[in-house]
Amino acid sequence: MKILVAIKRVIDANVKVRVKADNTGVETANVKMSMNPFCEIAVEEAVRLKEQGVASEVIVVSIGNQQCQESLRTALALGADRAILVKSDDAVEPLAVAKVLKSLVEKEQPEMVLLGKQSIDGDNNQTGQMLGALLGWGQGTFASKVEVADGKAQVTREIDGGLQTLDVKLPAIITTDLRLNEPRFASLPNIMKAKRKPLEELAIADLGVDVALRTETLKVENPPARKEGIKVETVAELVDKLKNEAKVI
Amino acid sequence: MATLIIAEHNNSELQPATFNTIAAAKHLDGDTVVLVAGHDCKSVAEEAAKAEGVDKVLLSDAEHYAHLLAEDLDKLVVEQAENFSHILAPATTFGKNIAPRIAALLDVQQISDIIAIESDDTFKRPVYAGNAIATVKSNDSKKVITVRATAFDALSHEGSSAAVESIGTTEHGALVDYVGEELTESERPELTSAKVIVSGGRGMGNGENFAMLEQLADKLGAAVGASRAAVDAGFVPNDYQVGQTGKIVAPELYIAVGISGAIQHLAGMKDSKVIVAINKDEEAPIFQVADYGLVADLFKVVPELIEAL
Repeated sequence: MKILVAIKRVIDANVKVRVKADNTGVETANVKMSMNPFCEIAVEEAVRLKEQGVASEVIVVSIGNQQCQESLRTALALGADRAILVKSDDAVEPLAVAKVLKSLVEKEQPEMVLLGKQSIDGDNNQTGQMLGALLGWGQGTFASKVEVADGKAQVTREIDGGLQTLDVKLPAIITTDLRLNEPRFASLPNIMKAKRKPLEELAIADLGVDVALRTETLKVENPPARKEGIKVETVAELVDKLKNEAKVI
Repeated sequence: MATLIIAEHNNSELQPATFNTIAAAKHLDGDTVVLVAGHDCKSVAEEAAKAEGVDKVLLSDAEHYAHLLAEDLDKLVVEQAENFSHILAPATTFGKNIAPRIAALLDVQQISDIIAIESDDTFKRPVYAGNAIATVKSNDSKKVITVRATAFDALSHEGSSAAVESIGTTEHGALVDYVGEELTESERPELTSAKVIVSGGRGMGNGENFAMLEQLADKLGAAVGASRAAVDAGFVPNDYQVGQTGKIVAPELYIAVGISGAIQHLAGMKDSKVIVAINKDEEAPIFQVADYGLVADLFKVVPELIEAL
């Protein structure tokens, strides 16, 4: 079966994000960008399914500006077979991303779409579920284990109370949680090989999908600062502060 | 104008975050209607009907709703959507799983994880792991929203006597079969609603050492949490994780033990009223958000703390 993996390029997880002085967004100039960590887990899972002989082809897709090519090349170096860049210089909201992915699913006919459960910039946690609804597919979200057999994916999900296991009929949507796998590092030979793998570019406007923004970001601010704390020297002092100053115990 | 709340429950009682979602709805115009969809869940509908702020309860009972699967409940909510300007769910794994399906079927761009309601169409929500707060205006005619429970104090569980109306059911889509669940059983309070939380990180060294934190938690009537590092290392199960992609908590007192304080962890707990950090590394970022920091070997001071309480 074919697997489609959707990936997003975001500000690197280790960068301390700074709000712009004019409150229109966060600083992205000269900031390190990387593949969203949850998307990396999705690529790794797809590649492992291919190595197990379950998947025949792994296609990665990203929606965004020209620089998203770098993230797609990273995914190719990790073992994906080919890549599609849907070019857009404007912001694309999750609903529109889901619509773009739906049009690619209709063209490519994968039996599984793997996505990260959320991107660490917008923290929306929407795209996979939206795509599932638009396609009329079942979903295994926040997956920590995936086993494919007999036309279904058995997915163990990380839920608030513990773990839940579902059998999701294929074709299916899977969104990844942190403990699904540990992504490999791309080896130098594979990075070189990835440069020769096919990368197709499409313009978002050519897909005939409604990508008009539905929301406006009015402002972006710093979160309220916490007042500076103090260091205590002993357990006795800590207990005294908690009892008599903070009055929480 | 009215708000529909999708209740999270286990067929016998409401999950606490549903009450916080009801509290959020009181900042919106119009009636607040709670949808209880499940199986043999009449008692849940009756509980919701008593909750302060609830004007009406819709009850939909079907065997295939028993596990609240998104692939079945989404169509039920969409059928009811016509009468509502706002559809709200708690930003729990339940709400996060189902709300985007409803939004997509209604052709609405969902607003996730709101922490404040400025008006009927404008909301505040954290982005970048809470390192920035965005004010977002929705231009969709209907709003589909998930609510961060810690941002809205729950109203009383008593006081209303709203009508319970039984509504029809939708067909079983059969896209997904429920296999089973492994839920963590604990006598301690639930992490997201606990007044006090004791959390451990990589510094705990192994899972056995968490017994020490459990003792401390029992002295304080606290829940036990963990950082991602401790969960990834297999010290404790996934449902202990506090952070950007785990649970968001805001207790009266949060005691972080052996947690360095990665931004992803801080995102899940920095709205706690009082934060205590115990760590032997005085440079650990956790001390930047702590009200009271104790630079010390946790294996020495945690037993002392248990003794002192």
